[in-house]
Amino acid sequence: MNDEAKKPLLELEGVGKAFGGLHVIDDLDLVVNEHEVVSVIGPNGAGKTTLFNLITGLYRPDTGQIRLDGKDLVGLAPHKITRLGVARTFQTLRLFLNMTVKENVMAAEYGRTKVGLLRSMVRTPAARREEKEIHRVAEEKLSFFGERLMGYRWNQFAYSLSYANRRRLEIARAMATQPRILLLDEPAAGMNPSETHEITELIGELRSEGGYTVLVIEHDMHVVEGISDRVVALDHGIKIAEGSFEQVATDERVIEAYLGLRLAETK
Amino acid sequence: MTDGPVNPEPPTPPDGQDGPQIGRDEWVARVEGRREGYHGIMRPIREAWDRLPRAGKLTALIIPAAIFPLITAEGNVFRYGLFTMVYALLALGLNMVVGFAGLLDLGYVAFFGFGAYTYAILASPHYNLHWQAEAALPVVVVVCALVGFLVGLPSRRLIGDYLAIMTLFFGQAFVLFVNNANRIKFPFVGYTDLTGGSNGLPNVDPLNFFGYKLGDTRQQYYLLLIAIVLVIVMLYMIRDSRTGRAWRALREDPLAAEAMSMPVNRLRLLAFSSGAAVAGFTGAIYVTIATAALPGDYDVGLLILIYAIMILGGFGSITGIVFGAIVVTSVPELLRSTANARPIFYGVILIALVMTIRPWKRLAAVLGGLIAFGFVVHAIASAWYPRLVEGKAQGSGWFADFLNHWMLFPTHVTTMAQVLYIFMVAAIVIVPQLPRLWRTILLVPLLYLVIFVWENLMIEQITGATKLILLGAMLVALMIARPQGLAGEAYVEIV
Repeated sequence: MNDEAKKPLLELEGVGKAFGGLHVIDDLDLVVNEHEVVSVIGPNGAGKTTLFNLITGLYRPDTGQIRLDGKDLVGLAPHKITRLGVARTFQTLRLFLNMTVKENVMAAEYGRTKVGLLRSMVRTPAARREEKEIHRVAEEKLSFFGERLMGYRWNQFAYSLSYANRRRLEIARAMATQPRILLLDEPAAGMNPSETHEITELIGELRSEGGYTVLVIEHDMHVVEGISDRVVALDHGIKIAEGSFEQVATDERVIEAYLGLRLAETK
Repeated sequence: MTDGPVNPEPPTPPDGQDGPQIGRDEWVARVEGRREGYHGIMRPIREAWDRLPRAGKLTALIIPAAIFPLITAEGNVFRYGLFTMVYALLALGLNMVVGFAGLLDLGYVAFFGFGAYTYAILASPHYNLHWQAEAALPVVVVVCALVGFLVGLPSRRLIGDYLAIMTLFFGQAFVLFVNNANRIKFPFVGYTDLTGGSNGLPNVDPLNFFGYKLGDTRQQYYLLLIAIVLVIVMLYMIRDSRTGRAWRALREDPLAAEAMSMPVNRLRLLAFSSGAAVAGFTGAIYVTIATAALPGDYDVGLLILIYAIMILGGFGSITGIVFGAIVVTSVPELLRSTANARPIFYGVILIALVMTIRPWKRLAAVLGGLIAFGFVVHAIASAWYPRLVEGKAQGSGWFADFLNHWMLFPTHVTTMAQVLYIFMVAAIVIVPQLPRLWRTILLVPLLYLVIFVWENLMIEQITGATKLILLGAMLVALMIARPQGLAGEAYVEIV
């Protein structure tokens, strides 16, 4: 997209994962360059979410290497991987429902703050300063979504939010860990057309204003078309196509994977 | 009730100035006005309480607690004050583990016992160590935190039921250990008596800070009050701190917490050993009040009591736990005498009726019907079979006089009352299942029956079974009315 030399941020090399005899991800290579938006598409069960779970350390890959900016991520605990700069959202929203909107975001700042139990108990000056900073960062991240998560909403419980706002809050929470790469798992799922449009613009802003690199799983082809620098198509854990949206969307194997063999043949 | 004119205008939005705007999601904007639970007689109290700042809330709790020993006899301070505070302290510590971090810790009481025994060993004639409290208390706290850490280590990966069983095992193992650790063979030392076995460790020193002894009940009371205020302030600080938020986050969703940069296993361990430290501290103070460490004091019974306090007060709520401790310890004590038991019994019945029967007309009909029903039954009985009314109500005063003219007091009551007791239990189970009309009609004779059984049978055994039955009934009724506890927030899950 720009003329800067493309620097790989996230690299996957020959990554494989099997559950019993089922190869969910098989020998997958994937590179995400800095400030790039890459979409992962594929039919249900293709291994997209498993891919995210492997990158964030929730699963450990059987084979292969995962590197962030040259640092090996395999075998690290998930919270350590997040501290290195990988943050994600969940397809099946996993907010801290009985905490307020602001607390959800503040909690996610745990990894990059230091004050421990004893110091916060007596509220040392350092603890107060850090608490103020946590509030400031949380407000900043929430303001990214315009008015939607601001003001009176800060003190509302997360369960009281609408579905679309819960998706937004998940993104805000992921941003609060101060990641270098954001993994968004179906950010537009369950949204109406205007909200979907808004999410498309938001992902653009995440890159242009937030400076994040984004890896996104998405089913809505309009969103994928609107946001992606590059699209990767998965089927049965194998990468079947990679390239620009037009290239992948017209790829025969992709059409076959989505629509079934016979339709592709008759075409 | 609603006798004002019908308001033709739409209600004004909560902000006052401008109405709901399109796209601003006014349903959510008005959530404050629709909040559940703020109706009825408790409403002004709860709203006033919500408006108070935290320091004000704390003072509102401290002032009556500080005045209490000045206006009452020493025996009352001991019976109500000390135990309420010990249990409240314990429940506050448990709240940190269960309420904040969501770890179902059933071995919690063992840490209480561990603190008590450690203090008793350090400050009693048992080993002839007589440490001052300012030295012994920190040691106890550190040792208990350490034991909590060690118990937490193997269980940090366990959640839910598995953790509960593991910790329950630890709690039982502790009781067995202190019962039998009076003849342990140590290398180089030989046989030694560590815990005094089933006799426990008697004659524990009173708390003595820098040579100043706190042996008097009132002194102990104020020391406990200071300790409780400190712990409450500490918990408030923790709840809205980095660690407190992380604990609550992992209670909500450990996997998401881990993915959001929180080291879940380490945080669990921290919660475990912090709770153990508070329990150990409480144990040390308790053992100086009880003056002996006995194995039976740290068994499952206490665990159930502490959980009852926490559930009654509301998980995660600090003020709720203080109220829970007051209710759970003072009600059984109050019920020891007939004079106290009667107001409590009728008070509970009245509150239950006020809270469950709406609208007011219906309630008035039930109460009026009950009084009329009593006089009618009394009149019929005295005309047909006078032996039914020849007994006397217990006690004296206007209420006893009223009962004598209203309630039946047969001369030979025992068998009849026992049969009616069983009948009453059956009726209490059946009547609420009936259709609405029958429920209202049958409520009046049912209430009369309950009062009959109470006045003729239960009030005589107030110190025994009745006390427990009444307490259990109160807890059941309260949990049905407010499952989230006295001051807890309702826990919401989205399906």
